[in-house]
Amino acid sequence: MANPFKRKTRKEDYYTASQWQLFWSRFKANRLAALGGAVLSLFIGIALFAEFIAPYSGLADDRNPDYTAGPPQLIRFCDSEGCQLWPFVQQMTSSYSVIEKQYQVEALMENGKPIRRNLQFFHRAGEYKLLGVIPSDLHLFGVERGKVHLFGTDSNGLDLFSRVMFATRTSLTIGFLGILISFILSLFIGGVAGYVGGWVDSTIQAFTDLVRVIPPIPLYMALTAMFPRDWTNQQVYFAMTLVLGLVNWPTLARRIRSYLLASREEEYVLAARLAGANGWRIVTRHLLPGFASYIIVELVINFPYRILDETALSIVGLGLRRPTMSWGVLLQEMTTVQAIQLTPWFFIPLIFFVVAVLSFTLLGDGLRDAADPYSGIQR
Amino acid sequence: MTQPLVSVRNLKVHYPIGGGFLKGKPQVVRAVDGVSFDIFPGQVFGLVGESGSGKTTVGRALLKAAPITSGEVTLRVGEQGLNVAQMQGSSTQLLRRHAQMIFQDPYASLSPRMTVRDIIAEPLEAMGLTRNRQETDRRVREVAATCRLNLEHLRRFPHAFSGGQRQRIAIARALVSGPSFLVADEAVAALDVSIQANILNLLKALQQDMNLAFMFISHDLSVVAHFCDVVAVMYLGEIVEIAPTQELFARPSHPYTQALLSAIPPLDPDADRDRIRLAGEIPSPITPPSGCRFHTRCPVAEAGCKSIKPDWTQLSVSHGAACHRVADQPEMAAAS
Repeated sequence: MANPFKRKTRKEDYYTASQWQLFWSRFKANRLAALGGAVLSLFIGIALFAEFIAPYSGLADDRNPDYTAGPPQLIRFCDSEGCQLWPFVQQMTSSYSVIEKQYQVEALMENGKPIRRNLQFFHRAGEYKLLGVIPSDLHLFGVERGKVHLFGTDSNGLDLFSRVMFATRTSLTIGFLGILISFILSLFIGGVAGYVGGWVDSTIQAFTDLVRVIPPIPLYMALTAMFPRDWTNQQVYFAMTLVLGLVNWPTLARRIRSYLLASREEEYVLAARLAGANGWRIVTRHLLPGFASYIIVELVINFPYRILDETALSIVGLGLRRPTMSWGVLLQEMTTVQAIQLTPWFFIPLIFFVVAVLSFTLLGDGLRDAADPYSGIQR
Repeated sequence: MTQPLVSVRNLKVHYPIGGGFLKGKPQVVRAVDGVSFDIFPGQVFGLVGESGSGKTTVGRALLKAAPITSGEVTLRVGEQGLNVAQMQGSSTQLLRRHAQMIFQDPYASLSPRMTVRDIIAEPLEAMGLTRNRQETDRRVREVAATCRLNLEHLRRFPHAFSGGQRQRIAIARALVSGPSFLVADEAVAALDVSIQANILNLLKALQQDMNLAFMFISHDLSVVAHFCDVVAVMYLGEIVEIAPTQELFARPSHPYTQALLSAIPPLDPDADRDRIRLAGEIPSPITPPSGCRFHTRCPVAEAGCKSIKPDWTQLSVSHGAACHRVADQPEMAAAS
């Protein structure tokens, strides 16, 4: 027999669940948002463990000179000589034919048979440091001899699969850090201006307007043009995250400020003050939750724009450059007629980009609905 | 005689308006201009007056929610007297624990994005009055039950409730820290008459059970008559009369009080009524009239009223008024 007291306690806990517990339970009920979240977690996993998932470094030291601009290799179980249970790829070559004006791709033969290269999981190859600390040489998959290129190779013979994995890391972190910097700035600046008001507000607003009236693209260009040419790619990368963050806070800061200004006169704010809550608690627990849905949507919608900003800058040559891998750099490589005509697999990074943007949108919608008790019917 | 729980001496709340950098000298709104009274433990102190008379500001000043310009407000906690005007830091927290407020509009006074549980728990959590979450929850459930809220109400948001239920939530929040003094600012004015009775009965029961002292701010004299032990009448930032409720309703001494009381609709529509009709509006608190502030509208004003401020006259131990003609009042009271 079930213990009636235990059950009652659980029911009471449910009734007295906190805001975040209710938020979480509403979020879980939204399948699409959960899907978006799952896909994004996958991307974040890729970003964290790119070295492990990618079979090669994606840099010149791992290029495959016999397979430049080679199409994706299929994972096979059968070829013209029969089938086997273990998955394999065929050893291929690709070379540019000047007469045909296109790449010639053919399977390498040995004794009249195509060469099979069995896939190996947890393959030991190039060394790296996992998460920057743990030394390892383990890769998710690989082949003993020759090379495997699931997404094909680029015109230099670099493995596109590896490059996409590393590019995912770069672009996600640029977007994430850019958003994080601008979010913290706008929360702080807008929060102080809105809650304190008075001359503090006027001063901050004058400064915000100053930043706002400068058009962003020339500002980006000016700032990135200031990067010394001899900077390493890593330095450029960090400087870019900073630039993206420092340029994009005013809109959100202004909105947070006007929201706080409008709602700090509400009676429930006075009630909170009488309940002994300090300014920080009033802003974070009483005022911002009403605005959280907007902030979340604003941040999540901005995320792809930060990636696009990075891409745009990279394309005009002011942002990241080869050999750094980012979605921007990879997208730049496909902006040729040749890519459309002869090497359509150069577009694979685009799929990653679109899926990431879409997942962010779904997740953002789900978070907004979960944060807003007035938006849905489920409660 | 017992010591007063709250004692107010010559309280003034002045707000500067306009003014600022390069905008000239600000004008001053004399929202509250020198009021004095005492509230004793377990007493329900009514404060009545027209809109704009400064009732709400007095209530807020007592809780340090309005800036006190001058004067003294003392709240007694145990043996200690808290000086509300000059407190800061930990003694503010002590004030917040022992003095709480119930607002007029229950639709505006509850944080819309917090569950009822979080709203009621807020004073406990903001001031760290409980040791852990279990204790907070237990206290919240206890208070919710006292205010006749169901357990399943606790996880909902305020918008799911009616006005009366919301006001019960607000009362629960005010009670959760165990205060001895509550300011109820027009606490039933926004509610239906039937719900008003419900909330008033709840407040009365709580007041008797917990020996709470109330400052009950209202413009509804019938509610005040039902609920209060002592009533103070405010006009333009000043208290014009204080008396025990029965005494005030039976023998109003100040002409303003008499006018207010005569405005109560009688139960018998055919009964003779001597309505004292006041001409005009309440004057501006920026430039209040000289002398007795009521002289511009007073039906019995004399020449002296215009220039000389009336002294406070104590008619009995508990009954006082500020009027030059208070001595002539017996006839006036008989006439009304």
